[in-house]
Amino acid sequence: MKFARTSAIAAGTLLTLLLAACGNDAGSPSGGSNVDVTVADKPEFPAGSTMAKLADAGKMTIGVKIDQPGIGFLKPGAEMPEGFDIEIGRIVAGALGIEDSDVTWKETISDNREPYLIDGTDDIVVASYSITEDRRKVVGQAGPYYVTGQQLLVREEDKDKITGPDDLKGIKVCSVTGSTSLTTAEDEYGADPVPQGTYSECVDALENKTTDAVTTDGAILLGYEAENPDELQVVGEPFSEERYGVGYKKGDTDFCQFITDTLQKAMDDGTWAKAFEATLGQSGVETPEPPKMDPCQ
Amino acid sequence: MNVLIDNFPEILDGFIKTLWLLLFAGLIAMVLGTLLAAMRVSPIGVVRGAGTTYINMVRNTPLLLILFLFRDAFPQLGFAVDFTDYFNFFFVAATLGLGLYTAAFVCEALRSGVNSIPVGQAEAARSIGMTFSQSMTTVILPQAFRAVVPPLANTYIALAKNTSVALAIGVTEAGYVMGKLTNDNAADRWWIFFGFAAGYIAIVWAIAGTAKVFERRGAVSR
Repeated sequence: MKFARTSAIAAGTLLTLLLAACGNDAGSPSGGSNVDVTVADKPEFPAGSTMAKLADAGKMTIGVKIDQPGIGFLKPGAEMPEGFDIEIGRIVAGALGIEDSDVTWKETISDNREPYLIDGTDDIVVASYSITEDRRKVVGQAGPYYVTGQQLLVREEDKDKITGPDDLKGIKVCSVTGSTSLTTAEDEYGADPVPQGTYSECVDALENKTTDAVTTDGAILLGYEAENPDELQVVGEPFSEERYGVGYKKGDTDFCQFITDTLQKAMDDGTWAKAFEATLGQSGVETPEPPKMDPCQ
Repeated sequence: MNVLIDNFPEILDGFIKTLWLLLFAGLIAMVLGTLLAAMRVSPIGVVRGAGTTYINMVRNTPLLLILFLFRDAFPQLGFAVDFTDYFNFFFVAATLGLGLYTAAFVCEALRSGVNSIPVGQAEAARSIGMTFSQSMTTVILPQAFRAVVPPLANTYIALAKNTSVALAIGVTEAGYVMGKLTNDNAADRWWIFFGFAAGYIAIVWAIAGTAKVFERRGAVSR
């Protein structure tokens, strides 16, 4: 009995110490970006539309990735993620008259994108969300605002052995659980899939040799190569076309038109290119021509 | 519905891998759990303490954490090898993690069985000159196993469902196939969920049925 009480006190003390140790993180850098995005001043929208609702509320939730350097990435300790998707989110929020500080950046992993849009957790999703016919059956996708393609990241010493998707047969290939890239590598090129929770776990697995290649959109892989150019190498040409779209609740055609118009304006006035240069462009890729967007259905 | 029929071979592959996990992890858990139970009822204090420490550490740690530990620690120690292409590193790490974790529960189920055997049985065994291990293997454990069939079945049912956690460290078991299908067929989510739930229910039924057979056999010979 006495022993039990002592250990209960010891356990309690330990917990308190642990909690105290975790509580000391305030005041870290805030992340975010420095691209100038026009925040509309009290924009007018048709009453009852999604735009009017969001503009009146003055705040919105945007679903983004936080583990993809260059696309959507939350630095340790930062408050706001950064990357090309984040800039796209800022452009849309700005057009609704919503400041950065009033946007909730909600981490949305690949498997959560449809549920979060359907149940209203996210107002829009900008999370390297490839447009596919099947996804368009359950959610709306405006865009594409960026077109990239699947590539391979291998260890430097393997760059002559694995040069493209045709070398993948029977080779362990890592990507994020639930991603299109992993399915393509498995079903079309016969790779042995290694699903992991995040791309950084895949890169860890590549470095400790538990996988032989990492596959996903080239833009993301370039970010990792740039972090460790002596050991990692992106190989081959893109072997798929991924068209990133902005996810919204299915059926909201007016909202889709608004997002498409807003992005078109950003593409025309150079904001899009500036956003690209400040994020994905940092890895040395040239700024591409803005893609042509699909009409809203 | 069609999504389940069209992808049946792939779904089956996923569940086969789930069953392999269940089999190997189950064997490890049974062997290690029995050993631990013997340790925990041992007359030697140090051995008993070692058994208790293992239980307290492993049973109090979330399964996911144990699996992450195996996935991350082994490569650091230089054990990042594939057993075969099919039973790759991630499978081995998951099997070990699941096995060591479940062993703690098997041990406690068995210990409850051992404690249910009247102390007179152990005394009788000792009085006719049996050593500790003799009395354990021929007198106590055979009776204990009978008493523990229902709690052991529970432990194994939990293990069958826990195999799905292995997805988190990269094993392509049934849960992986499910994620893949929901991603490609976002419109058929409900069918996919129910289909995979049915698969797990079938596995659990098989375990429960086996337990029933053992229970009935044990009852007759008692």
